[in-house]
Amino acid sequence: MDAIADAGAGARAFAGPAIEARGLTKRYGDVVALDALDLSVPTGSVFGFLGPNGAGKTTTLRLLTGLGRPTAGTAVVAGIAVGTGRLDLGRRIGYLDQDPRFYGWMTGRELLTFVGRAYGMAGAALRSRVDEVLEMVGLREAARRRVGGYSGGMRQRLGVGQAMLPRPAVLFLDEPVSALDPEGRRDTLALIGRLRGEATVFMSTHILTDVERICDRVAIVDRGRLVTEAPIDELLARHARPILELDPEPGQAAAVARLAERLGAAPWTRDVRDDHGVLRVVVTDAGQAAAEALPLVVAAGVRLARFERVRPTLEDVFLQLVGNGAAEGPDVGATIAEPAP
Amino acid sequence: MTGFGLLLGKEIREQARTMRLLAVVVVFAIMGLISPVFARYVREIVEAIGGGQFQGMIPAPTVADAVAQLTKNMGQFGVVAAILVAMGTVAAEKERGTAAFLLTKPIGRGAFVAAKIVAIGTLLAVAVAVAGALCWVYTTILFEPLPVPGFAGALVLVWLSLAAFAAVTFLASVVTPSGVAAGGIGFGVFIVVGILSALPGIGSYLPTSLWGAANLLALGTVPDPLGGPVVVSVAIVLGSLGLAWWRFRRQEL
Repeated sequence: MDAIADAGAGARAFAGPAIEARGLTKRYGDVVALDALDLSVPTGSVFGFLGPNGAGKTTTLRLLTGLGRPTAGTAVVAGIAVGTGRLDLGRRIGYLDQDPRFYGWMTGRELLTFVGRAYGMAGAALRSRVDEVLEMVGLREAARRRVGGYSGGMRQRLGVGQAMLPRPAVLFLDEPVSALDPEGRRDTLALIGRLRGEATVFMSTHILTDVERICDRVAIVDRGRLVTEAPIDELLARHARPILELDPEPGQAAAVARLAERLGAAPWTRDVRDDHGVLRVVVTDAGQAAAEALPLVVAAGVRLARFERVRPTLEDVFLQLVGNGAAEGPDVGATIAEPAP
Repeated sequence: MTGFGLLLGKEIREQARTMRLLAVVVVFAIMGLISPVFARYVREIVEAIGGGQFQGMIPAPTVADAVAQLTKNMGQFGVVAAILVAMGTVAAEKERGTAAFLLTKPIGRGAFVAAKIVAIGTLLAVAVAVAGALCWVYTTILFEPLPVPGFAGALVLVWLSLAAFAAVTFLASVVTPSGVAAGGIGFGVFIVVGILSALPGIGSYLPTSLWGAANLLALGTVPDPLGGPVVVSVAIVLGSLGLAWWRFRRQEL
């Protein structure tokens, strides 16, 4: 039996969830990077692991892949209790680091062949799988080039490819599309989405639109603690509040600022955000808001190009649950502002 | 040792592709080449530079000078090369993230460490062999042939001394997070051993005393005592590598 078949069998050989963490904790001195994480990831799901920078996402991935040792708690991945140096764990997982680094002297094809051999693959089966992966990640043309000459995006695509190559039972992807251009992001997300049912994908990211697009379930962590974990639809139904979007015509900055202030002071408003010139108003009472918002607009003297009640997004839920601390974080604001590919 | 063969192949290809193999072999080849040449012509050079004032002051060169020059060069530039080769082996992979890339795959940490050790040992062996071969040829041309078994034994002793410094540096490369720090520790140990080697009693047991033993062995004389420094050097190599494996086995990456 070759390694691919073995990995495939491994995907089905364990009972229960693909990932199960109980009280997983990691401390660095006085700093608690991860605080008693309880998590259960269903087999075959595409799972989004969200949080602002420094929330503990990468720490969690390092513990679950055996690169780090927990201070307390346990975790089981694909039926294997995680720990450093576990070969049986390595046989069942694929891993992409958030800043993937490979041997620059190898060509892309050599690197994938090397990875395949590490999983016991050989001969025609390996060559064929390497060709297939190169095609999937769009690196066929660059397969003979040295990895040291690859751009950040190409390296990330190679990283996704090497993680997928052995068809692992559980695929850990740490920010898998952060360095990709819009087209690369679209293609890679589609690739990841197609793995649903074949493998369990555990994807850490802070790009919320990506998560909303391909994930079945999400967990949100903040400051090392799990804030919530649920299917996306359930999360939206449970936490999302109605949102009004007010899109003012250009050249009214002072009046728009005045309007934002008045909207913020209204008793039915929970939060007002300026999202690239569009005011997004999270409301607590949709009926009252619909009746009173427009008079406030008129009173502020703002001319609107659009006034709309919109469906809340994961981003709205995220900001609501994680709060202003995350919004003020170094990257979250930029991420939120990032257009969908 | 799962993945040892794969990783050893990767290490050797890496040495070849990154020119490390070529650079180290060339440095050692130069040492092997110039040692007998320098020994043979140093008197003429000094006398020519001195304009006759050193005439007769420097004794006529002998084959022993060629061998001594080789071991002296190996004991300086060879050790520096061994430290440079070993300092980044593990630390650089940890720094770059390639260790994490490898060790989330079904590859044993023991295999990771062992492949690097064997690759370093092989690189130094090839380099010493090339240097020795060139030195032997030029010594034969300029002086007289050296006894082959004794000279080969001398090269083994030189290799063992270099391996001892490389092993300590390798341990530092596992323990510390940066290759520069590992190199610093390697050079620090080199200096300390150099100072200790001057002490009576201790000095004759240190790896540095292997160079004197190598001189004698190359000329066909069995040095006495040989067992002490050999045992100590082997113990340093095995102890350092054992500690490196033990430390790396559960190290967080």
